[in-house]
Order: sequence, then C-alpha cells, then structure tokens
Amino acid sequence: MNALRVSLLFLKVGVMNELQYRVNLVVQLFQSAITLVTGLAVLALVYSHTDELNGWSQSELLCLTGIQILMAGAIRMYVEPNMSRVIDEVREGTLDYALTKPEDAQVLASVREVRIWHVVDVFSGLIVLGFGLSRITTDFGILDALAFAVALVLGGVMIYCFWLVIATGAFWVVNMWHVAELFDGLFATGRWPVGIYPGWLRVSVTFLVPVAFAVTVPAEAVTSRLEWETLLLAVVFAGFLFAATRWFWRFGLRRYSGASA
Amino acid sequence: MSAGPQYARLPEAGRFRSIVDFYLTTMRTSVQQQFQYRVATYFYMFGMVAEPVIYLVVWTTIAEQRGGSIQGLSAGYFAAYYIVWTLVRNMNIVYGAPYWEHRIREGRFSGDLLRPLHPIHNDIAYFAGSKVVWILLWLPIAFALTLVFDPLLDPTALEMGVFAVAIWGAYLIRTMFMSALGMLCFWTTRGAAVFNLYMTSELLLSGRLVPLPLMPDWVESIARFLPFQWAFFFPIESLVGDLSARELLGGLVVQAFWILIGLGIFTLAWRSAIKRFSAVGG
Repeated sequence: MNALRVSLLFLKVGVMNELQYRVNLVVQLFQSAITLVTGLAVLALVYSHTDELNGWSQSELLCLTGIQILMAGAIRMYVEPNMSRVIDEVREGTLDYALTKPEDAQVLASVREVRIWHVVDVFSGLIVLGFGLSRITTDFGILDALAFAVALVLGGVMIYCFWLVIATGAFWVVNMWHVAELFDGLFATGRWPVGIYPGWLRVSVTFLVPVAFAVTVPAEAVTSRLEWETLLLAVVFAGFLFAATRWFWRFGLRRYSGASA
Repeated sequence: MSAGPQYARLPEAGRFRSIVDFYLTTMRTSVQQQFQYRVATYFYMFGMVAEPVIYLVVWTTIAEQRGGSIQGLSAGYFAAYYIVWTLVRNMNIVYGAPYWEHRIREGRFSGDLLRPLHPIHNDIAYFAGSKVVWILLWLPIAFALTLVFDPLLDPTALEMGVFAVAIWGAYLIRTMFMSALGMLCFWTTRGAAVFNLYMTSELLLSGRLVPLPLMPDWVESIARFLPFQWAFFFPIESLVGDLSARELLGGLVVQAFWILIGLGIFTLAWRSAIKRFSAVGG
C-alpha cells in the first residue's frame, strides 16, 4: 500500500514538472501525428496489394496498429524513462541515493520518472483502435473487452519486466545502450501480427522480447480471435516473468557495490 | 568581410595533398576505433536488421498469398532487395541533425571551428573510415540472412561495379542533405520534429519501406523529383534489379547531380548559420 502511495506521489510531482514545459505538448502532437500518418500510410499501402494479411483484414490490423501506438506511448511515458535513469545512475553512481531510501528499491527505481506528453500517443492509439473497432462487423462483447483489458495490462507488465532485466544488466555491463536500440527495433515487429513471422522470430518476439503478448494478444482479444489458452498462458508467463525479474534485480543489487563518491 | 570566423588558409601549393593526407589519416583512425568497439557495433547492427526483416516478411507473405509475386516481384526478389538494403542502410548512416545539435550543445563545435579545415571534411572522412569496418562486419549478417531467406541475386560485373560506386554516392548524398538539415540547429533547439518529418518523407519516398514500383504511381512521380531514392532505391536496384547499362551509368550521374545540389544547399545554409553561432561551453 505504501508502495502505491509513493508511486502516486512521484507521478504527481513528475507530471507537475513536465507541465511547466507546455510547448513540448505542441512538439509531441506534431510527432504523434507523424507517427500516426506513417502507420496509416503503410497500412494503406499493404492493403492496396492484398485484401487480407495472414487472415487479418484491414480494419482488424487497424486495431492492432492502434494498440501498438498506445503501448509504445505508454512505454515511452513511464517505463523507458525510469529504466534509462537506472542505467545512467549505475554508471554515475547516483543510484545509491535511491537505494538508501527506506522503500523497496525496485518500486523506487520504477516510478521516479514520467514523460507525461507521451500520453498523446496513448490517446491517438486509442482513437485508431476505436476507429478500427467501429469498422469490424463481429460482435464486441463485454467478455472481449475484459479479455482485452487483462491482456493489455499483462503485456505492459511483461514489457516492464523486459526493460528491468536490461536495466539490471547495467550492474554488469556498463554500456547497455545498444541493447536499448535493439529493443526499439524489435518492438517495431509489433506493428504486424506475430503469426506472419517465421518460427524463430515468432518465438523470439513472444518469449525473449514479449512484444507478441503486448500487442498481438490484446489485438486478438478485440478481434474475437483470442483463445482462452493464450490468455492463460499470458497470465502464467507474466507471473513467472515478474517473479524472475524481481529475483534477478535483487541478485544484481547484491552484487552492486556502488560506484559513487 | 563576413562576420563569421575565418579559416587559416592552407598553403596553396600543398593544399590538395594535405587534404588527401587528412582524409587518409582520419579514415585510418576511424577504422582502428571501430574495430575496438566491434561488439557494440554488432548490437547496433542487429537492432538495425529488425527493420528490413519486418518489411521482408510482410511483403513475402503478401507475395505468397497472391501466388508467388506482386507486380512481377517475387519472394526471391524481395529477399535480395532487403538483404542488400541492410548494406545500403549501413552506408547511408551519416552524421545527422541530432549530431549537430549534440556537438553545438556540448561545446565541441568551437574546437572544430578552430581547425584550419571545414568541419565537414572531418565528418565525411571519419564515417567513410567506419564504413569500411561496417562492410566487413556486415558480411556474416548478410550470409546468415541469405541462408534464412533465399534471395534471388544474379548480378553482372557491370552491376557490381556500379553498386560499389553507388553506395558511396548514397553516402555522400545523405551526408550533404543531413548536414544541411543539421544547420537548423543553429536556430532552434527543437529541431527534432522537423527531422522526424524529413525521416518520414524519406521512409516513404526512398524505397526504404518498399521497392518504389509498389508505391502508387503518384508517389513514384513525386519521388522522381527528390533526392531520397538515389540514396536507397537506386543503389539497391543497381545490384538486385534488371537495369540497363544506360540506366546504371545514368543513375551514377544523377547521384553526382544530387551530391552537388546537396553541397550547394549545405554551403548556403552553412554561411548564414555560422554567422549566428555563439559558442556554448567548450
């Protein structure tokens, strides 16, 4: 409970900090518009050559694109800034300030930063998703909505875990930046349903970098093609990943001797 | 007299030789540096390979759904296109606008200006050296991709020759235009949005996303009047496609034309930019 209160407090301070720079909203709006237009243009191009991609119609893929934009926005808003800060602070030695505070170190390391303007991407993703949904004829029931929400949260948790593993890696390897770039490249695979990728790549973007769980599975939920086994697998895998990540973080911390002052 | 800083003139007699010497030494230094950080470079390259693999898979899937090809382009062609893409992309990574922002903000630019040579020479020479290493490191990646995707590649000697020149043309075209764009950093610190717009236009109009013939006709006509495709589509197509000797050699001439245009824009922008520069830090 205390952890939650601390998180909310950090969130509030972070948002207030960012709200000072209001011109950044305009810049972000512009950037999000570019992302959106590019995404839609690519989609239009692909569907000018075919009616369906591996069983996905254009409207269904529109939903998937919306979810990918939304998820990317959420990651850039809350996950990536915190994890980048951990990586930087390990190098500079300032992580010690967080570690000496009387709160769980993992919680603190995960909630100190927020780039609130990326919320624009979250909204633009939601709009695309809504638009895609409105063009799908199949029924979208309350159960689908529930499954979607669960899948989305689980996906977010898994991506967070992935990032925390990378950040923890900084305890051993100082230069983790190229791995971060590797993530950006791999997250782009989420723009398409994982089913189209060859086996080795599908397995990688499902279990190594959980892009499939973060984007394709929620998209399957809204397009009524999600099987309950998949959702169950997502629950189990998210639980496993979370526990393993926490263990790894503590293991890293024990090894960490501080580099500061 | 212009208000900008003046470079000390090189002694006219040995001028050409000193520049050649400068290029060779900078390139050699760069080669040695890049070899030291080969693991980091590999991570970077792996991240980069994800992009063409995604495009390749999408277009191959569509080609297969349509019975093997889209507008006459087969799965084997797509594989070859996107594997060669990775090398061309490696070649046309240059000191972009963000780097100009960085070097101005960190105050390193003041030091660069004190040298008796235009800073662009250092930029070109340094990355040109890196490219040599990147091409070497790229070979195993290309080999692996070839095993996985089965490309259809059967170039003639002329095509290979033109390709070898065209990748350097692509490098220079992109260096000129990106440096010109970088001049924006002398006026604003919020250039990111403009750079993004540029990169997006390039993505859609260069052949980076998809071989240009698959674009709608009107997009292709717009692309004809822009430099983008000469740094992506042309070099790739020179090796992968079926261009005539006339098209191949003509393409190199067009590349030269765009290098000069880019150089012109850069020089103009540079002249007014440098007058605005006031040192930060350093």
